[in-house]
Amino acid sequence: MKKVLTTPITSADVEDLRIGDVIYITGTVVTCRDTGHKRRVLSGIVPHTPLEGGAVFHAGPIVRKTDSGWQMVSVGPTTSMRMEKFEKEFIELTGVKVIIGKGGMGEKTVRACVENKAVHCVFPGGSAVVAAAEVEEITDAEWLDLGMPEAFWVLKVKEFGPLIVSIDTKGNNLFENNKKVFAERKEKALEELYPKLNFMKY
Amino acid sequence: MDKSEKFVSTVASFVGLVAKVLPDDVVAKLAELRAAEEVPMAKAVYDCMFENMNLAVKLSRPLCQDTGVIQYFLRVGTHFPLIDELEPLLLKATEIATEKAPLRHNAVETFKEKNTGTNTGKKVPYIEYELVPNSDKLEADVYMAGGGCSLPGRAAVLMPSAGYEGIAKFVADTLVEFGVNACPPLVVGVGVGTCVASSAKLAKRASLRKVGSRNPDPLVARMEEDLENALNGIAIGPQGLSGSASVLCVNIENMARHPSALGVGVAFGCWAHRRGTIVFDADMNYTVLSHKEAAL
Ligand code: SF4
Repeated sequence: MKKVLTTPITSADVEDLRIGDVIYITGTVVTCRDTGHKRRVLSGIVPHTPLEGGAVFHAGPIVRKTDSGWQMVSVGPTTSMRMEKFEKEFIELTGVKVIIGKGGMGEKTVRACVENKAVHCVFPGGSAVVAAAEVEEITDAEWLDLGMPEAFWVLKVKEFGPLIVSIDTKGNNLFENNKKVFAERKEKALEELYPKLNFMKY
Repeated sequence: MDKSEKFVSTVASFVGLVAKVLPDDVVAKLAELRAAEEVPMAKAVYDCMFENMNLAVKLSRPLCQDTGVIQYFLRVGTHFPLIDELEPLLLKATEIATEKAPLRHNAVETFKEKNTGTNTGKKVPYIEYELVPNSDKLEADVYMAGGGCSLPGRAAVLMPSAGYEGIAKFVADTLVEFGVNACPPLVVGVGVGTCVASSAKLAKRASLRKVGSRNPDPLVARMEEDLENALNGIAIGPQGLSGSASVLCVNIENMARHPSALGVGVAFGCWAHRRGTIVFDADMNYTVLSHKEAAL
């Protein structure tokens, strides 16, 4: 059974999610990346789309202008770590509950997820057509002055995912944990491999 | 249509195909890894990849938004009729494919630090030649070098005392430290050479060899297999989330070296390993080797 969260998402909705869980979102997702985060946090300019209980997607989409509005051509996650500097303040200022991107995030975001009951999720990289197909409609576009990738696109989505929880409300961080696990496994794998690599003559 | 036009339009269509459809060997390996995957979140990622591949074909869209820097690796017969014009013809084909596919504009002029807006620029598309004597054919690999999978590439020259153990460590360290964000499971191309340039070049060649192929030298093939097993033991899984495997393959290419230098290069390809191989004869009739049933 798919676990689908519908926006506006509440603290109770995300509280019991744990790293490794797979979820989907139905409702509203907005795209916001480097410059958008900076603008929201540093300038105090507030988008008119309400973000309370919403989801923010670290992505710079390819969008086509149509007669009636905009069409989503391709949208894939970008590396979330680039938003680490501003994400905590962004979560506090906006009340978003789900942050979506690629790869892990750092200590500051983890703290914000614990304090504000929010989660960070990974959308599988390189699956831009799936993501675009799950966007039913682009309902609004703000901050177009920042250019197409950096603009603030408001997306109506249906079962948007899979989203894999990588930071949960208890402060668990999947990518941080993995780093340690992978390092240990690597040492072990290399120890076992070395005796087979005796190509050097002496 | 004259030969040049036929060549340009075929290459342009082929580049578009490569952006939208993965080569047969990569699809087969992904299917194998998907079937063997046991971790639920990793399964969800594989399912998503396959859905994405199907949708890309159905909607005729590039399967990843990053269509990379376009690169051509040519094995060109010295009697191939268009041998003197390959550079401008491939430039033209790239421009057409960029417009038609469409491909993302991924060429930023260095120093000026400006996106050219055409997906072409100084030495982009990137072309490497190998001459084939007494042949009138051209065999070309097309590769889309995405940003994410280009980032972790490394090369170094080790002291020979580091041995092949040093080479394995260099590859494993790079994979764990930088490969996790390059959309695994990864193609791992390793070059064993004598200087940074030769090792890096061999690594790139290795990454373009078919998934599931083995180096004809049994010693090298043995290391490919052993290193592949070792890296899979780290089990970084799809997207580095952890899972049951790490890589699509480990391919190694090698050459003789200076007694005092042991070069190693490693080049990665992401799961969306957009590589295609096409052969032209002297009349510009083509055969696609990488994608069965490819209609251009
Ligand atoms: S690493 Fe490959 S699959 Fe991932 S975003 Fe880049 S080009 Fe796409």
